[in-house]
Amino acid sequence: MKKILVTLLFLLFGTVANADCNIKSGSINILANDFPALRTLVETAKECKGSADFKVTHSAEHNKIAVPALTANPSEFSVRVAANSSIVPLMNADLIRPMNDLVKKYGKGIQESQLITIDGKVMAVAFMANTQHLYVRTDVLQENGIAIPKTYEEVVAAAEKIRAAGKMKYPYAAAYKAGWNLAEEFVNMYIGHGGEFFKDGGAQPNINNAKGVATLNMLKKLADLSNPDYLTHDSEAIKVEWESGNVAIMTLWASRSGTLLDDEGDAKITAATKLVAPATVGGGNIPAATLWWDGFTLAKNRSDADAEASFRAMAHAASSKEMVAKAADQAVWLVEGFVPGPKSVGVIEAVKMGAKPYPMLPQMGLMHGALGSEIVEFLQGNESAEQALKDVEAAYITKAKEQGFL
Amino acid sequence: MPNRSFFWFFFPAGLAMILFIGLPIISTGIQSFYAQHDQILIEVKKCDPFGCKTSVVVDQEATSKIKDEKPLGKFNGFGTYIDRNHLATDQVSEFWNESKSVGEFIGKVGNLPFYKALLFTLTYCVIVTPCVLLLGFIIALSLNAISRKIRGPLIFGTILPMIVTPLVGSLVLFWMIDAEGIIGANLQILMDDPYLSVKSSKALTWITIIIYGVWHHSPFAFVVFYAALQTVPQEPLEASIIDGASRFQRVKHIVLPHIYPVVTFVALISLMDNFRVFEPIIGFSAEGSAQSLSWLIYDNLVNEEVILFGSAAATSIMTIVGISIILTPVLLRTWKEFRTNR
Repeated sequence: MKKILVTLLFLLFGTVANADCNIKSGSINILANDFPALRTLVETAKECKGSADFKVTHSAEHNKIAVPALTANPSEFSVRVAANSSIVPLMNADLIRPMNDLVKKYGKGIQESQLITIDGKVMAVAFMANTQHLYVRTDVLQENGIAIPKTYEEVVAAAEKIRAAGKMKYPYAAAYKAGWNLAEEFVNMYIGHGGEFFKDGGAQPNINNAKGVATLNMLKKLADLSNPDYLTHDSEAIKVEWESGNVAIMTLWASRSGTLLDDEGDAKITAATKLVAPATVGGGNIPAATLWWDGFTLAKNRSDADAEASFRAMAHAASSKEMVAKAADQAVWLVEGFVPGPKSVGVIEAVKMGAKPYPMLPQMGLMHGALGSEIVEFLQGNESAEQALKDVEAAYITKAKEQGFL
Repeated sequence: MPNRSFFWFFFPAGLAMILFIGLPIISTGIQSFYAQHDQILIEVKKCDPFGCKTSVVVDQEATSKIKDEKPLGKFNGFGTYIDRNHLATDQVSEFWNESKSVGEFIGKVGNLPFYKALLFTLTYCVIVTPCVLLLGFIIALSLNAISRKIRGPLIFGTILPMIVTPLVGSLVLFWMIDAEGIIGANLQILMDDPYLSVKSSKALTWITIIIYGVWHHSPFAFVVFYAALQTVPQEPLEASIIDGASRFQRVKHIVLPHIYPVVTFVALISLMDNFRVFEPIIGFSAEGSAQSLSWLIYDNLVNEEVILFGSAAATSIMTIVGISIILTPVLLRTWKEFRTNR
């Protein structure tokens, strides 16, 4: 009985001690993607909601909801947790507000490096970094006498060797689902080849070249070493493949490592799973990967009181040393006090190797969309690489014209 | 019924139709003639956790000024309709001139997004509709001939595919055709090809979606046909039996003519439904291999981070036109019969 009482008291004071933001009014409604680190962040923000209304929507379909929901006035959400790419449509349509004054007033725990500024205006506050890097099964590699691959050429050689040894039918995996995921793999590989998506800073496309062809050929080689259903596999699907022990080398988001390495699933596979640096390609020295940040933005079409309440709650989370200490293995936090663990290897190596951030350009979304649907036929073997790249450029130009970029 | 009372009976439904179907179609039509304003880009310094660099953003002040003046956007006429992602008139004529054979020309046109989607949509329509009619009719006939005692449970079992939510139905099949699913794995063994994938092969994906379509839509045809079969008069049937007509002759000369109007109705509805095929493409994650017109609209509205209203509106209007064209023969025929009956 005494024990229970003590626990209860502890809980009571514990919550009181956490709720130090003293928010008196306003309402907070958050739209965010759905992975563990974001859930932790939102939970941390909730700790200090005070007497404000607090609602959250975690959805993998967040990209589809965001623009319509924030266009409404008043907007459905007061906070949108976005990334390099998803902040662009919000800025294009002028749906998020600068928060310089709020940062000055309430953002004392936030580090300078966390601020995303456009022309001096703070448009987002980042709290975690992300990238796609290699995951390897050390046991399978050792058994076949393969060193940990550093380039995609080595990945192909290693996967071929594993297949030839009869160990696995489909030793490689990456999220090649037609659409956004596949386009993202192209973006990574093309940047790894040193490619630029647009001609000298303008909006004219620039992918139908030798680097583009090399990119597609590498994607095809990797696809041939993957489960034949690769065009339907997203990050979640390849994670399942990995956990079933069907895959020895995989390219996956750093933010997914948490659920991959938890106690669920085969302990042997988990123990042999190693996170390593992203691979380079084509003799290049920067990794074939893009750097991403996740941060929060504030909706423009929402009252100032709601924006203030939302900022204070989110800023509490985005500067919480307790949170980054407790959830150190969920993400590579950009928050002060974060000590990188073994699961941060991918991102830290990527930064060290000079990986480029995903291009935050107003017309990039159109290019990404065109890539996702037009390179499929090449991978299926129905089209030449040149034709596929020509199709991408043509599809992009048509869309860019309709949107007024060309 | 006097015209006056008909009007008042029809009025609420008519009003709802104008409000919720008519007006949105008109608004879609107007939108399809507009494109976005030219984007005004300015160079700014962008900083993020990975460093600072000079890059471009949309100039909001200048843009909002133009938007306030002309909120609909830039008038584009039929520009969106004839661009590469829709009818692609320029590309088609270019292909016609440079192609050496009709086959090459068709191949090139089939590579354009709109024609690719149209090809799948029409193939789906043309194969699924007759199959649904035939299968529905056969099931209705057989169930009608079965003892009344077990008819109830059988009818329930037959309409089950229609009760199952389309997305769930397609997902179940999707998992079965997975490379490690029951159908996918067995096909690999049967064909002796460990790299065979139903999901990545275009032809197999089409076949799967078509089979799913027939499975899903047949119960509808069956229910309507079964109801119609109950109204077939017994006297002529008995008379024909006495005259020595076979079962097939009875169906052909008595049953079919009797339920003919119902067949037309089911054909109309099926055609319309099938032309708008959409859910199975999402359920099967088949975007890579099979795209329909409805899927193109969906893609323009949600799959891009930038929403393409003009494109989506133009495709919508062309889908409506497409349905009207497909329905014309059936409607003309019904109209003729209506006239002769009077």
